[in-house]
Amino acid sequence: MTDVPVRRARARAGWIFRPRVRSAIIQILLVALIGLAGWYIFQTTRQNIAAQRLVTGFDFFWVESGFSISQTLIPFSENNTYARAFLVGLLNTLFVSALGVVLATVIGFLVGIGRLSQNWIISRLCGAYVEIIRNLPLLFQILFWYLAVLTALPVPRQSISIFDEIFVNNRGITVPKFVFGEGGGFVFGAAAIGILLAFVVSWLARRRTVATGKPLRVWPLNLALVVGLPLACFLYFGVSVSIDQPVLKGFNFVGGLRIIPEFLALLIALATYTAAFIAEIVRAGILAVPRGQTEAASALGLRRSKVLRLVVVPQALRVIVPPLTSQYLNLIKNSSLAVSIGYPDLVSVFAGTTLNNTGQAIEILGITMLVYLCISLVISFAMNIYNRRIALKER
Amino acid sequence: MSAAFVREQTLAPRPAPFAATGVKAWVGQRLFATPRDIAMTMIGFAAFVLLAMPLIRFLFLDAVWQGENRDACAHVLTGACWPFVAAKFNQFIYGFYPADQLWRPNIVFALGAILLVPLAVPSAPWKRLNAFLFLVVYPVASFVLLTGGNLDAEHFILGYFIRIEDHVDLVWHGMRAAFWLDYAFSSLVLSLAVALIGWLFGTPLSTSLKVMVGLFALLALVIAPADADFGLSWVETREWGGLLVTLVVAVTGIVAALPIGILLALGRRSEMPLVRWASVAFIEFWRGVPLITVLFFATYMLPLFLPGGANIERLVRALIGVALFSGAYMAEVVRGGLAAVPKGQYESAAALGLGYWQTMLLIVLPQALTNVIPGIVNNFIGLFKDTTLVQIVAILDLLGQIRSAFSDPNWASPTTLYTGFAFAGAIYFAFCFAMSRYSLFLERRAGASQLRMEANRT
Repeated sequence: MTDVPVRRARARAGWIFRPRVRSAIIQILLVALIGLAGWYIFQTTRQNIAAQRLVTGFDFFWVESGFSISQTLIPFSENNTYARAFLVGLLNTLFVSALGVVLATVIGFLVGIGRLSQNWIISRLCGAYVEIIRNLPLLFQILFWYLAVLTALPVPRQSISIFDEIFVNNRGITVPKFVFGEGGGFVFGAAAIGILLAFVVSWLARRRTVATGKPLRVWPLNLALVVGLPLACFLYFGVSVSIDQPVLKGFNFVGGLRIIPEFLALLIALATYTAAFIAEIVRAGILAVPRGQTEAASALGLRRSKVLRLVVVPQALRVIVPPLTSQYLNLIKNSSLAVSIGYPDLVSVFAGTTLNNTGQAIEILGITMLVYLCISLVISFAMNIYNRRIALKER
Repeated sequence: MSAAFVREQTLAPRPAPFAATGVKAWVGQRLFATPRDIAMTMIGFAAFVLLAMPLIRFLFLDAVWQGENRDACAHVLTGACWPFVAAKFNQFIYGFYPADQLWRPNIVFALGAILLVPLAVPSAPWKRLNAFLFLVVYPVASFVLLTGGNLDAEHFILGYFIRIEDHVDLVWHGMRAAFWLDYAFSSLVLSLAVALIGWLFGTPLSTSLKVMVGLFALLALVIAPADADFGLSWVETREWGGLLVTLVVAVTGIVAALPIGILLALGRRSEMPLVRWASVAFIEFWRGVPLITVLFFATYMLPLFLPGGANIERLVRALIGVALFSGAYMAEVVRGGLAAVPKGQYESAAALGLGYWQTMLLIVLPQALTNVIPGIVNNFIGLFKDTTLVQIVAILDLLGQIRSAFSDPNWASPTTLYTGFAFAGAIYFAFCFAMSRYSLFLERRAGASQLRMEANRT
């Protein structure tokens, strides 16, 4: 056996061939490059700002806004500051997003299950819904609902009235408003506590069922908690309730609660659009549960509803939840399309009107982007935790 | 031994089940199985009739087909006003592109179709050449045709330090000698510098030089046609509109997103923490914000960030924003493809002695990218739909152009609005539906080949 001569490869610069040294150098270069680019942009921006005599800083937040907003969840007037306008916009975004998420989930599950229906016409209709809605741009749908449906409704004088209580016209939908007198806060507080307690009861009941194997009927107790508690509170405190009826005065309705068409158009479009995607996710999730699971469950003698609730859905959820999260995030981000029809959401109020009034693009757009980024991060964080909880635990 | 519970005679056969196959059975099982099913079928059928009949009447039966202005449609309440679309057709497709120059976008459309169809058909030959033509040559040609080219480039890098044009003022077909001298010199210097750094890392000088000079030569081939004067008149992007803008934004977005996305995806899977973090931060930032804020960013902030940024045209600014945005989404698609490449492929490449870039370019990326073509098509569908958002920053795409035509008093009629929506919807639906079917077809094909591979293995 002869010795194979081992060539010391490029010994002269040995240290530079070590992967760790190389990766360190590359990373330092990258950081330097990013830093350089950042510095360059910073300098150019400073020069541009100086050249155009732009105002900088966050002082504008405390200036009177001088504009009014068509839908506000907290009181707002022209005399309020831009900071409050920001808050109003943010709340409106969260409001329409929250309602949209709930509606989209409900419609999406119904359509997704409908697509798997044995009934041919139902599955075809659900399929057509998904294909049509998914293949049209969301902005197209928002504009369609807004321009072609809601603003095409009759003028207030010729409103479509439902039992003379609800009035539908091109200025939106006007419904009677409940006005709570003294102690109304207690009722809402009781309702919140009731819902919370109902969750606790369900959780305890489930734990007991798992421990003993005996199913517990808790829904009457839960119903009593959710409905009964606020009702009892209502009766005990003798809260007065008056109904604020909408009345046609001149060209428009006075009183009542008016739901503006911009909000409706955005909500309908967001919910139906996202629902089409959720339907596909739900369908895929249910199909992903092997047939053997359903068959085994029925072989054990479980009823069909229990098969779905205890065997199919928990397994399908594992597949459904991750893409569902990204659909929720998409819905929240898409709610920014409100700006196209003038629903006062964050982008419309803050990155639109406030930006035009103050001209401070960097601060305002920076904050707007940061807000959406935070919402995205918080929701994906929460959903990750949930996901980990329902993930398959292999023992 | 016999037990009492064991049957001794064969049972008589049960009657055959009622129509298990055939039309009757199908109707019985799929439409009228249970009372609930009957009710659902009725409701479903009613819903279909209530939706479809007015639509058919609107689109065809009650529609007005001919006319010069609003008078033709003023009396019709339930039918489409197609003359409105006919009269505005050029505006919807080309925006305000000069009427005598329409052959230019037409060539771009035709060229795109000619190159795209063989690229999309899996069995068509010369895929590589075709992809090169579509991804590199076609964008340059389209740029020259649509804008008119003749960029009149003045200096590259050296020109910032020395005024070459004072000494050389030769111009040949719109190309300045000063610029090209500058380009040649600067690229040589840059190549040498990179090669020297590479040499420190052990790459032979000649290899780096070859690669760098090759890259610059390729770039020159891209710049030269854009710089040359073909005698086409300059058409500003603000005159573009309609479907032209929709397609320009979508195609530019996806073509620019590919290299950005590949680099980011590689960065995200890198073993170097800083590279990984930088990629993750970039990707998650753009994916975490809505496209509208990105477009606002491109319209209002980008001009402040760049020297002379205010001179960049609106459409170009929007394109930059769209490219960054879709690049981040593309990165996630490509990452999925990279993750699907089996570890053995990396290990085999390493065993063959291939370096990082050789492994990626020759072994991993070809497999990863082929696997994610359906994902890229889906991404493109999303981007195509999202292009409608550019109208919010005052760029009139197809939908924006149609929307602006609603306010034309010449065509004010009860159904103008609905006709416009029907036309826009039909175009968007046709594009998106075709693409989604294509992506589905690719997925099925990939699934089938996967099954074949598994079958061969066993």
